[in-house]
Amino acid sequence: MTPSVAGPSGRPPKFSEAARTALADTQLRRNLAAATHTIRERRAAVVDEVADWEDLRDAGAAVKDRALLRLDSALEELERSVVEAGGTVHWARDAAEANAIVTSLVRATGETEVVKVKSMATQEIGLNEALAAAGITAYETDLAELIVQLGDDWPSHILVPAIHRNRAEILALFQRAMPGVPPDLTDDPAELAAAARAYLRERFLTAKVSISGANFAIAETGTLVVLESEGNGRMCLTLPDTLISVVGIEKVLPAWRDLEVMLQLLPRSSTGERMNPYTSTWTGVTPGDGPQDFHLVLLDNGRTGALADEVGRAALRCIRCSACLNVCPVYERTGGHAYGSVYPGPIGAILTPQLRGVQSALDASLPYASTLCGACADVCPVRIDIPEILVHLRGKVVESRRHRPVPTPEMLMMRSIAWTMGDRGRYESALAQTVRWGRLLSRGGRIRRLPGLLAKWTDARDLPMPPRQSFRAWWRRR
Amino acid sequence: MRIALFITCFNDALFPATGKATVTLLERLGCEVRFDPGQTCCGQMHWNTGYHREAAALAARFGEVFAGADAVVTPSASCAAMVRAAYPKLGVEPPEVYELTEFLVDVLDVADVGAYFPHRVTYHPTCHSMRTLGLAGRPERLLRAVRGLELVPLPAAEECCGFGGTFAIKNSDTSVAMVADKIRHVRETAADVLCAVDNSCLAHIGGAISRLRAGVRVLHLAEILAAT
Amino acid sequence: MTAAREEILARVRAALAGAPEPPEVPRDYAVRLGGPEFESRADVVALFTERVADYRASVRHVAADELGTAVAAALWGREAKRIVVPSDLPYGWLAELDGVQALADSSALDPPVLADLDGVVTGCAVAIAQTGTVVLDGGRAQGRRLLSLVPDYHLCVVHVDQIVGTVPEAIDRLDPYRPLTWISGPSATSDIELSRVEGVHGPRTLEVLVVED
Repeated sequence: MTPSVAGPSGRPPKFSEAARTALADTQLRRNLAAATHTIRERRAAVVDEVADWEDLRDAGAAVKDRALLRLDSALEELERSVVEAGGTVHWARDAAEANAIVTSLVRATGETEVVKVKSMATQEIGLNEALAAAGITAYETDLAELIVQLGDDWPSHILVPAIHRNRAEILALFQRAMPGVPPDLTDDPAELAAAARAYLRERFLTAKVSISGANFAIAETGTLVVLESEGNGRMCLTLPDTLISVVGIEKVLPAWRDLEVMLQLLPRSSTGERMNPYTSTWTGVTPGDGPQDFHLVLLDNGRTGALADEVGRAALRCIRCSACLNVCPVYERTGGHAYGSVYPGPIGAILTPQLRGVQSALDASLPYASTLCGACADVCPVRIDIPEILVHLRGKVVESRRHRPVPTPEMLMMRSIAWTMGDRGRYESALAQTVRWGRLLSRGGRIRRLPGLLAKWTDARDLPMPPRQSFRAWWRRR
Repeated sequence: MRIALFITCFNDALFPATGKATVTLLERLGCEVRFDPGQTCCGQMHWNTGYHREAAALAARFGEVFAGADAVVTPSASCAAMVRAAYPKLGVEPPEVYELTEFLVDVLDVADVGAYFPHRVTYHPTCHSMRTLGLAGRPERLLRAVRGLELVPLPAAEECCGFGGTFAIKNSDTSVAMVADKIRHVRETAADVLCAVDNSCLAHIGGAISRLRAGVRVLHLAEILAAT
Repeated sequence: MTAAREEILARVRAALAGAPEPPEVPRDYAVRLGGPEFESRADVVALFTERVADYRASVRHVAADELGTAVAAALWGREAKRIVVPSDLPYGWLAELDGVQALADSSALDPPVLADLDGVVTGCAVAIAQTGTVVLDGGRAQGRRLLSLVPDYHLCVVHVDQIVGTVPEAIDRLDPYRPLTWISGPSATSDIELSRVEGVHGPRTLEVLVVED
């Protein structure tokens, strides 16, 4: 699913176009800079406390790889464990199938309203829209997701999805779209949170059906795990009669013991806390405590495609901490919407094109939404080498376009340069031409305007005038 | 000590002064420098932009040109990183390539290269030099030993300048937004010279400084170390 | 259902054809609090107290024979009139309660009723010093999950021998087949301009009593 902002051709714009718009949004820039810098510092502080952090990262990467590299048996084991504990397991090949399953499960209860815990997987498949089409209203209960929902908007960050909104906007949204809001409500964050609490409390106390995702699903025991801060997760996971959890197949962990690694890596990497306020784990159904009807919907929707890619499959290790977003100099300035996907930032740039393919202009642009600086790889708790996968996916994009009848200007230029560089004579001749033309284009010792594709450079930067003698020309004469 | 100089296509055309400085410096330190004019390009741009077939051909050619060479030394950290990190993926056995400061500190074991450069200088650690090569404090060590040079730390030094190769063209708006902050930090130091071990990043930062008339000179580290 | 299942599993197997063997998990990370600062149990307990307080949850130490008084004092301090407790909460914990009605949990107490009460008192299954966490597993003196969720005030009693140093030690002690709730401070959000607000859903006030034998 992509945001409703359309590009010039009516389709979602490619990253560079969307970024241009986002870069001009000064409030977004300020909010993002403040948010990312703050979380960066918090993360650094709590990670510094942990002497064995690198050992934990090694273990985290291995735990995920251990599940991914035997994912078929892990999923079968997970299914057995969940069923044994009183839950029901469903399998969904794609978004449409997952939506159909969830819709029919809700319909079977006779309810027309459900409460939801934040779940990126359900956003990915467009579940709320599918439910609405079936006459079922889904109420988001995460404060940020609520803000996004009320604003008919799109999340811009994995962890703080409404970071693009300031308090005045949130107040306006609440006043416009939230029933029962006190007339004297101000934009003080504590008051806004209290208003959301009151509004949602009503929903929690009467909800019969809830929908969640999960951070982890443990094959050995059939245990699902949800980490959160606000308590809405606990509300949705324990109050209703029926719980439906939509979980990507890559969320599997092999064993209960593996959770001891992930519960140390995730809170410190995401919110920069030693531990998030609430973590809930449950296995199937517990008589007398919580939902008596539990359904696990396992979602593929492109994940097996990523799994098949020897280099790209490491992206499936992701535990959705958002540490990479918070250190990315590109994300910091463009925000999440520019990536046109539920998964933004560095992880989005490598996950989205693998889940969706690289056919569309948007998806083909995502692997290029990076300078390859590597700050993300430094902080990824499960050691995903994001720059390596970005370069790998760029290769896929180029190969997918290589045999077009009309090559792009970039393809022509790159092939021409490679051909030139392939032979000393051609190279030296091109070198002489470059020096000559560079000097002709110069004014006052600088090149201020370049033609064609290179114009984008000189739109904002000068280039120094090439000296009369190239290095090798000087060497020859010395 | 015999050295095969790998100048890089970028420096050959646009920054020959860096190459000359590298030769001057290494000869001053007692090395014999050879330059094989068969060299063209290491293929970094093609590799990073996704033209892997072309990059493989350029890498194979590079491997042939430098086969059996003595220590290969280059004043470009990103090209050294390309050879070291990417060539194995392209099925090419990389020759032993040293980035200049690696060579000076690790092989020649020098910190004071006899340079004199009486200016206030700040140093930007480029991403490849920092993360792929792990240059750590080598460039700063060399700078601190330069007579007359006042080295001031750059705030938020580890943040990317926004060059990113073809990113500067394909995502020019974001690239410029990033360099705006890099320039801001440079100006905070009140340095009159910004130096680095990559002319590609310096061309981007320096090009923006020039367009903005921001009044700071950019210079490759080799040119500072060669100055007497 | 089964067609989708078979197809997904087939896709997975095809995707993994030729893939390397799954790695062993290197477990070189710490499983216990290390260093001379944590040689004694008292050090571990002190760390727990410090870390809980970091979350702005109030934490007090009491001797075992003072527990009843401490519980009562905490509830009087809240001006609580009616609270809920798990039906197996030790009677001694509530022995000093004067003027506070303690309802034993039952299925008659549905969420709206619980929402009207002033608080809940529970024990816990295990507590973690390094992260300042208490974990409830629905076992002795803890009750079902919504008891410690719906009321606005949660008083949690932790015995010193329930405190372990690290997350791995806690995972080792906990039963994954029980529904677990890990609590680290009161609920919070930073969703509005990243300014942290305490107390959204879930008890806005968490108080911990550490009982020394």
